[in-house]
Amino acid sequence: MKEQVNLKIDNLSVSVDEGTTILEAAKKINIRIPTLCHHEDLCVAGNCRVCVVEQAGLDRLQPACANPVSEGMEIFTNSLKVRNSRKQIIELLIAEHRAECTTCYKNGKCELQSLTNEYIVGENGFIPLVPLKGYTVDEFSPSIIKDDSKCIRCQRCVRTCDQIQSISALTVAHKGGEMKVSTFFEKPIYEVVCTNCGQCVNRCPTGALTEKVYINEVWDALYNPEKFVVVQTAPAVRIALGEALDMKPGEIVTGKMVAALRRIGFNAVLDTDFSADLTIIEEGNELLHRLKRALKDKDPDVKIPMTTSCSPGWIKFIEHTFPDMLENLSTAKSPQQMFGALAKTFYAQKMGVDPANMVSVSVMPCTAKKFEANRPEMRASGYQDVDYVVTTRELALMVKQAGIDFGSLPDDDYDSIMGESSGAAVIFGATGGVMEAALRTVYEVVTGREVPFDGLNITPVRGMENVREASIKIEDPVPEWDFLDGVEVKTCVAHGLSNAKKVMEAVKSGKADYHFIEIMACPGGCLGGGGQPLPTSPEIRKKRSEAIYREDSGKKIRKSHENPEIVQIYEEFLHEPLGHKSHELLHTNYVARQRY
Amino acid sequence: MNKSLKRLDLIFKNEHDADVILEKSLKRSNEELIEDLISSGLKGRGGAGFPTGLKWKLSAEATGKEKYVICNADEGEPGTFKDREILSSVPHKVMAGMAICARIIGSQKGYIYLRGEYKFLVPQLNKTIDEFHELLDKLNLDFRIEIFLGCGAYICGEETSLFESMEGHRGEPRNKPPFPTDAGYKGGPTVINNVETLAHTYSIFKYGPEKFKDLGVKDSRGSKVFSVSGDTPTPGIYELEFGMTLQKFVDDFGDGDAKAVQVGGAAGFCVPRKKFDKTVIGYKGKLTGVSLPTGGSMMIFNSSRSMYNVLHNYLDFFVEESCGQCTPCRVGTQQLLLGIEAVKRGDKSSLYLEQLLSLAETMRITAKCGLGQSVANSFSSIVENFREEMIY
Repeated sequence: MKEQVNLKIDNLSVSVDEGTTILEAAKKINIRIPTLCHHEDLCVAGNCRVCVVEQAGLDRLQPACANPVSEGMEIFTNSLKVRNSRKQIIELLIAEHRAECTTCYKNGKCELQSLTNEYIVGENGFIPLVPLKGYTVDEFSPSIIKDDSKCIRCQRCVRTCDQIQSISALTVAHKGGEMKVSTFFEKPIYEVVCTNCGQCVNRCPTGALTEKVYINEVWDALYNPEKFVVVQTAPAVRIALGEALDMKPGEIVTGKMVAALRRIGFNAVLDTDFSADLTIIEEGNELLHRLKRALKDKDPDVKIPMTTSCSPGWIKFIEHTFPDMLENLSTAKSPQQMFGALAKTFYAQKMGVDPANMVSVSVMPCTAKKFEANRPEMRASGYQDVDYVVTTRELALMVKQAGIDFGSLPDDDYDSIMGESSGAAVIFGATGGVMEAALRTVYEVVTGREVPFDGLNITPVRGMENVREASIKIEDPVPEWDFLDGVEVKTCVAHGLSNAKKVMEAVKSGKADYHFIEIMACPGGCLGGGGQPLPTSPEIRKKRSEAIYREDSGKKIRKSHENPEIVQIYEEFLHEPLGHKSHELLHTNYVARQRY
Repeated sequence: MNKSLKRLDLIFKNEHDADVILEKSLKRSNEELIEDLISSGLKGRGGAGFPTGLKWKLSAEATGKEKYVICNADEGEPGTFKDREILSSVPHKVMAGMAICARIIGSQKGYIYLRGEYKFLVPQLNKTIDEFHELLDKLNLDFRIEIFLGCGAYICGEETSLFESMEGHRGEPRNKPPFPTDAGYKGGPTVINNVETLAHTYSIFKYGPEKFKDLGVKDSRGSKVFSVSGDTPTPGIYELEFGMTLQKFVDDFGDGDAKAVQVGGAAGFCVPRKKFDKTVIGYKGKLTGVSLPTGGSMMIFNSSRSMYNVLHNYLDFFVEESCGQCTPCRVGTQQLLLGIEAVKRGDKSSLYLEQLLSLAETMRITAKCGLGQSVANSFSSIVENFREEMIY
């Protein structure tokens, strides 16, 4: 038990653990101190100074986010001195910021804007700095747009990129009045080590970092009578979309989302969950194939552990950071790209649509998916497999633009084919989900029995621990897999690229002997993706995670290989996992990239 | 002119007895040594004036990781050039102070964080360090000193930015607490002292605290090395007693036409002629009149100088040298500079100076480190005392 510290905030007594900050102590008694540079996911910065408070006995104001409480402390969060200073600091930020709020993508969701409203910062006389700086907008990346003229230098993005992702694509350059958030040699984001994960976008308090928006392109396709527009929705969208449409975190809105997409006018509303199930079949078989080559055939060329390949942020990260380990990546494409390749081949044939006239749209919790769709490898159908990627946030805007009252929509079902999915696909949206889904199928393929976990819930791989290890012992396999008898299959799950980096360094140095590793670039997995509704916090991600596992347990089918549409596509089109067609459409290769 | 201020020679007297003083001091207990420092009343000579004895005591009591002794030789305040001279002529005094401190707090590693522009000192300092290490070996003191060369940013003279810089990071101040005595360089308890402070500890251990305390007044004891520049016939480095009035200083060093003295550099205060006799040079405390601390920079301006230009120059400097991390300093300095330009041009009315003074006060009470906090010193004292020069 920690030592208790007693203090007074605005004349109210509060007792908190030693080491608690003034900000946290105030929160405990429901006093809100405004913040900008503070974020629950990040280390304390104390940069913006918006949270300054008065401490009895001290002349200078203290940053509530950074200063710990002490016994007998008396704090005033709203004294005249605090109010005047805070207002002036907000005015300074406004002077530095291109405050063209009405035309800003973040209008209504900007933290600086809401503070400005609270403090009625009108014409304050400070001299606008933006016209003096000669800013240009970096809009070369297919994923992320960076507009320095809106940056307030809180460095949330810098800390995100460093602490959560260990990338430091964004960092601070110059000093004084010239100080700015920039990249290596101030190159465009597109040309540096950025993985497009969008975690910075999720934490930017203003419109300085946003996703590249493709809403208009999608509407244009929808309005074009020549085009057949299909849409796929990723597993993690359905448990978060509601947040951007006035609902609470953790609400499952699958049915309403499908209904809204249909109203918006998509010709077919299909599910990335279908291709997530397909990924499990391909990737699971690839894992078994590799294990066979390694353990039975003693092939020295086969690379173990195999790592997942669904997260495009992770892919670009490994390409930059561990370019000598690309063979450890599963060659299976991500569910988005498997779907894209099949939409303009298998699906187009089935529906009698000319793939040249098909527009393939995906709704993703992710900004890196926008980059992935644009990779030159992703044209297996003969066309760009996925034409436009919109984030959960963009879809919410489209719903609003279409005048749809989302909350009152009746539930609707996905179209068939490529609309059916299992619970195993749903949990792709959470960290550990791909691992769990793969184990449900692989164990059954090898032993003929279900995984020995209550209700198929492989709880050791679930949760929000940074790195989780689990092993599962194979006993009494079917004859084809008898070489696995008694083998303990060692798995590892990591989310957030700083954790991924640690795991891969352990693998590289020979300290880890995993067989299979699941890595998701974003904290919490896709549910915490860079395209998800704002804000994000550990609490919100936990609610989304609970919703994902609720959706899984409510599904009739819980295992990918039991999805009837998966059975059907192998019978009719693909014929066998890792077969010729699969190789052509569902697997890919990677590019070694440099760090600089 | 009649020179009334007594010139002292505690710091620069070349005494060639560092070995004797060191040996003598190391035979005494840590408690005795700290007691000497505390009773001497020595305060930090970098300008902030933290009691040196207390700083050493706190680090000695701090537990945990490896401890460090750092000599802050990042002499960056405009108008100060005394540390360069101390390190050139009596480096062994500084190193002796560091070594005694190391023994007291339990440190094996010391650094001299040397201003990048003082690179020319490195060869001779390294030679002195080598000789000094031999002495330490003879005295069986496990302590080593190394030079760390700064890269020219003013902010790196701020102690926590200096640690960041030494750790290979961007020179930006940290949040305090924790203070360096608990968690400084590499997270270890760290004593960081100005060059001159360390040289003074040597004198205190040599002559005893009483002799030091006899100099100066009340809360400001001992002598101080001043860097005198500007409109003076006798620019240079002078060791003077603490507690003199600015009038006496100007009588000694001015050209007879001094209209203002900037005490403490760009981060310090500007005193107009009419306040010379009421201003005492010393730390804030029980002194009569207005007391002004200084790291030693004394810039004299005569009536040919435009105080608008002086202020403009300081603000230009701050706009460039702010690290840019915190809002009040990064944006505030730019606003102050653009603001006085706008008033001068007539784009803003003279009433705008009131808003700027209020902004300067906000910067003083909300900025993260001493840099942003002290911009108000020069800004407010110049604008308030030379208001008409700002407008016309």
